[in-house]
Amino acid sequence: AAPVQVQLVVPVAVVFSPGSVPGDLPRPLPFRDVQEMEISVNLRTSVTARYEMVFRSTTAQEEAALAAVTPRETDAALRPLQDSSMGSLTIYVVPETSSLLPQGISVYVGKHRSALVRAGGSLAALHTRLRQVTQVMSFTATSIAAALSDRVANGQLSPDARRNLKSSLGYEITFSLLNPDPKLHAVDWDIEGAVNRYVKPVVDKLSLVANFSVDSQILYYAVLGVTPRYDKESSSFLLSAHSLPHVINPVEARLGSSAASLYPVLNFLLYVPERSHSPLYIQDKNGAPVRTNAFHSPRWGGIMVYNVEAPASSQASIPLHVDVDMARVMEVFLAQLRLLFGLSREELPPEFLLESPGNEGLADWELDHLLWAHTVENIATVSTTLTSLAQLLDKIGNIVIKDDVASEVYRAVASVQSALSKLAMGHLHSAFQASKEAVTSSERAFFDPSLLHLLYFPDDQKFAIYIPLFLPMAVPILLSLAKIVRETRQHKKEPTKMD
Amino acid sequence: RGMAAAALLLLLLVAGPGPRRAGAGRERRDALREELLLSPLPTGDVAATFQFRTRWDADLQQGAVSHYRLFPKALGRLVAALGVRELHLALTQGFWRTRFWGQPPLQAPAGAELWVWFQPTVTDVDKAWKELSNILSGIFCASLNFIDSTNTVTPTASFKPLGLANGTDHHLLRYAVLPREVVCTENLTPWKKLLPCGSKAGLAVLLKAERLFHSSYHSQAVHIRPVCRDASCLAVSWELRQTLTVVFDVFSSGQGKKDWSLFKMFSRTLTDACPLASQSKVYVDISPKNKEKELLEVTPPPTSVHEAVVQGDKKTYAVYDLLSPSLFNTSRSLNVQLKWKRPQDSSEMPIPVLHAQRYVGGYGLQTGEICTLIYNTHPYRAFPVILLETVPWYLRLYVHTLTIITKGKENKPSYIHYQPAQDRRRPHLLEMLIQLPANSVTKITIQFERALLKWTEYPPDPNHGFYVGSSVLSALVPSVIAMKDVDMEQSPLFTSLFPSSDGSSYFVRLYTEPLLVNLPTPDFSMPYNVICLTCTVVAVCYGSFYNLLTRTFHVEEPSRGGLAKRLANVIRKFRGVPPL
Repeated sequence: AAPVQVQLVVPVAVVFSPGSVPGDLPRPLPFRDVQEMEISVNLRTSVTARYEMVFRSTTAQEEAALAAVTPRETDAALRPLQDSSMGSLTIYVVPETSSLLPQGISVYVGKHRSALVRAGGSLAALHTRLRQVTQVMSFTATSIAAALSDRVANGQLSPDARRNLKSSLGYEITFSLLNPDPKLHAVDWDIEGAVNRYVKPVVDKLSLVANFSVDSQILYYAVLGVTPRYDKESSSFLLSAHSLPHVINPVEARLGSSAASLYPVLNFLLYVPERSHSPLYIQDKNGAPVRTNAFHSPRWGGIMVYNVEAPASSQASIPLHVDVDMARVMEVFLAQLRLLFGLSREELPPEFLLESPGNEGLADWELDHLLWAHTVENIATVSTTLTSLAQLLDKIGNIVIKDDVASEVYRAVASVQSALSKLAMGHLHSAFQASKEAVTSSERAFFDPSLLHLLYFPDDQKFAIYIPLFLPMAVPILLSLAKIVRETRQHKKEPTKMD
Repeated sequence: RGMAAAALLLLLLVAGPGPRRAGAGRERRDALREELLLSPLPTGDVAATFQFRTRWDADLQQGAVSHYRLFPKALGRLVAALGVRELHLALTQGFWRTRFWGQPPLQAPAGAELWVWFQPTVTDVDKAWKELSNILSGIFCASLNFIDSTNTVTPTASFKPLGLANGTDHHLLRYAVLPREVVCTENLTPWKKLLPCGSKAGLAVLLKAERLFHSSYHSQAVHIRPVCRDASCLAVSWELRQTLTVVFDVFSSGQGKKDWSLFKMFSRTLTDACPLASQSKVYVDISPKNKEKELLEVTPPPTSVHEAVVQGDKKTYAVYDLLSPSLFNTSRSLNVQLKWKRPQDSSEMPIPVLHAQRYVGGYGLQTGEICTLIYNTHPYRAFPVILLETVPWYLRLYVHTLTIITKGKENKPSYIHYQPAQDRRRPHLLEMLIQLPANSVTKITIQFERALLKWTEYPPDPNHGFYVGSSVLSALVPSVIAMKDVDMEQSPLFTSLFPSSDGSSYFVRLYTEPLLVNLPTPDFSMPYNVICLTCTVVAVCYGSFYNLLTRTFHVEEPSRGGLAKRLANVIRKFRGVPPL
C-alpha cells in the first residue's frame, strides 16, 4: 500500500478547579504543553497523535457549574461554557476530596465533549489519567489500527477490530421481520413507531458522519439455513455458536439487494421461529444460552430470535396474533448498531463512569471518536485508490485518461492534502468533510467507465494476430542459428581431431 | 368552562397514544389477492393466467422511512427513488396466436417490453429511464440494460396511463421493446421472490419452472400503478399486479384428448391458499360454445358459478374459492379436472373481432417492405385502431411509400405521428389512427432500405437476422353483446386493469409478430484472412531474401549428375555429340 503519514492534533483544555492544582506544576497557570503519541500501523503507515494541552484555572462561571450536586448537572451546566467544536476536549480537574464524583469513581465522561477528573496527587499521576481520558474520548491505538485494518497484517489484529463497518458516504439500515410460518403466527410489529422513537435520534446524530436511510420489510416463509438441535433437558431448540455462520445464507437471498443505491446495507433481522422449532435459543461457545438471544455478523448486521409462546389450549384461534415488544428488540439492535460502528463501551477501567447518552443513543465525544477513525480511514482509502490507479497506468501504457478523470484525480489529491492539513490544525469536522470529498473524487476517477474497455486489447493479443508473420519468418532464422551452432561445434572438434 | 377544558384534555390523552396502540387490531393497509384463470382455447390448448394483486394504501412517493409488508421492498424503493408513476414490464417467450387462441386476457410482445410513466417532478426523464432499466435488469436478471436511445420511443397516443393520472403529458412516457430477449428460469425466480408467499403456499406452488417453460407461450409481467383508495378518490393507493400467462399444448401431450387437470399441466395440485391473501380463487372458463350446454364437465364441483361479460363475450366461470373451508373438506388437495363429453368439432372456431398479422416482403439485401394486415371481422360495426410501429434505425423507412388499403380503396388515417430515425441515436416511430370498416382487411405497407452497419455494431451471430419489435394495436372494440353494468372488482383478472369507456365497447391491445430481417452482413473473418495472407506473402519473400543474403555459394564438382543430366547425355549419344 501507499505510504501514509497522518498527524492528528487534539486540542485539550485542562481546567483546574480551586484546590485541585498539583503541587509540582512546572509553571504557573495558565500554560501550554504538547504531548505526542506514535501509532505505528506498518512500515509505510504512521499516525502521530499530538495532544495540544492548555492548562488553566476555572473561571467564576465554571466554578459555579462545578458546585452542582451530581456530575450530570455539572455536565449540563458546563456545556455552554466550553469549546464545542468537534474533536476538542475539555477536562475539568476537581479536588481529590470532591464529593461531586461518586465513591470509587475518579473519571466521569459526560454526554458532550467534557470530562471530570479527580486530581490524583502528583502531576505524573494526573498525566496518566489525562492520557487515558483523552484516548477514550478521541481515539486509541486500536481504534486507529481498526480503521486502517486493510494495512495491518492479518495476525496482528483482533477479530473485534474487523467488525467495524468500512467508512462510506452512506448506509442503509434495513429491519426485516422473518416469519417462516404465517399460517400459525400473525406477527405484527410497530416498526414505524419504534424507528421514530429509538432509531431516528441515533441516525439524526450520525447524519454528520454519513447519509442514512432506514426501512423495513416483512419476509414470509423465510427460514434459517440451519436446523436447530433439540435439547431434551430444557425441551427447547438450540443454535450453537459454530453453526451461526451458516444461518444467514438462505435468508440473504430473500433480503433483496439495495438496487437503488450503492451504499452498504446494515441488516437487522428479527426471526420468529416456527412453532415446530420453538422455543429457540442461541448458545455461545461455552454452551450457555445467550441472554439477548441475538448475534451479530461483522460488517453485515445482526439477527435476533424472538420466541413466541405457544398458546395454552390447542383450540386457540389460528393464526396466533403476536405483537412484538419493540423496546426489547430495539435495545438489542441499537447495541448491535453501536458495535458495528465500533462504539463499544466495554473495555474500560472500573474507575471510569460514562454518562448514558440518553435518547440520542450517542454522546458527542463518541461521534468524534467515529469521525477520527473515519477520517483516517478515508485518507488511507484515497491513497490506496490513487496508487492503484497509478499502477494501472504503469501497467497499460496506452490507456487514455480523459480530462474529467484527470480533474477528479487532482481534486482528490487536493482534498486529501487539505484534510491532512486540517487534521494537523485540529479542525476535525472540516478535515472529515475534505476526506469525504477526496473519497468521492478518487472513486469517481477510479471507476470511470472510460478506464475499462481499453483493457480488453492487451499487447500479447496483438502479438498473437501477427503469428502468421512471425512464425514463417522465425523458421529460416532458427534454422540458420542451428546451423551456426552446429558449425561452431564442428570448429571446436576439428583441432582435437588434428591432434 | 373548566369542565370543558378538562374533557378536552382527557380526549387528547385518549387520542394521543390511540393510533399506536391500535396495532394489534390494526386495519391492514395492504391486501393481497391471488387468482388463477384456466381457459380452454379453441385449438385445444389451455391457457392458465395467474394474477397476484397487491394493494397498498400508502403513498410511495413520500419516501423517507418506508415500511413494507406485502409490497416488495425492491420495487417500492425503485418507484420512490426514481419518481415512477406507472411501470409495466413484461417478459415473454413465444407468441400469442390471436387468430386461433382468441383475444388474450393480457398480451405481451415476444421478448421484453417495458413502458413507464414518470412523475411530472422528474426533470431528466431520460436519465431516470436509463437508471430504471438498469436496476430492473438487475432485479429480474434480464438484459434490460440494453435499452438505450436506439430502441426507446415516446408514443403520443398508444399508451395512456392505466392508473390514476392528472394530465397525460406524453414526454413523461418511455416505451421500449427488446424482441431478442430470451425468457427463462432465471427471470422467473426473481419474479416469484416478489410474491409475499413466494412459491411456498397458495396458487404460486403451481409455478414450477420445468413445466412453465415446457409450453407454447409464457409471459410474465409486473404492473405497478396508482389507483384510487376508495370511491371518493381523495387518496392514492398503489397497486402491484404480477401476472403470468402460460399456454399448454395438452392436445399433443394428452394422446389427442383435450381433457386436462391441474396435475397434468403443472405436476402439482393446490393444497391451501396463501395465508396472507384476502382472496384466493381459481376460475375455470366453462362458457358454452354455440348454444349447446353441458359439453364439458369439471370436477370437483365448483364452489360457485360466476357469469360475466369479458371482452365482449358472455363467459361462464366455475369458481373455486380456496379460502372457503368446505373446499378442502373432502380431499386434502384440489386438482381441477376438465373432461369433454364428446369430441369438439374444431371447424367452428370463433374468430376474434380484431386480429392482425405482419411480415416482411421484398427480395434481396437492399430494400424490403413491411406489410401489416389488420382484420376487422365485426359484421356491421366499424371502429378505429391506433397502430404503433417502432422500427430500428438500420431499416431506413421511405415514408412516401406508406400505403393503407382497405377493400381495394385507399384509407386515409385520421392521425399520423411520425418521428424519423437518427442513425445510431433513435428509432423510427410511426403512429396512426386508422378507421377499420366492418368486415374488412386493411393492408398497410411501407418500404425500407437496409443500412450498412459498422463492423462492431453487429451482434453475435449476425446471420441470424435482426429483430424488429412487434407493432402495437390499441382499439376500443365494439362488443357483440351489450355489456351490463357489472361489478368490475368481482370479475376475474384484467377487466379492472384497462379502463372501459362504456358498455358497448371494450379495450383491446394486440401485438403483432416480431419480424426477423436480414441485413447485409460482411464476412467477419476477412480482416484476419487478409492479415494471414499478407503475412504469409511477406514471410515467404523474407525467407527467400534471407536465404539469398546468408547462404554461401560453393561451386560443387558434379559426381554423377542428376536425372536431367543423364537424360541429356542419352539424347546427346543419339545425336552423336560428346556427353556433358
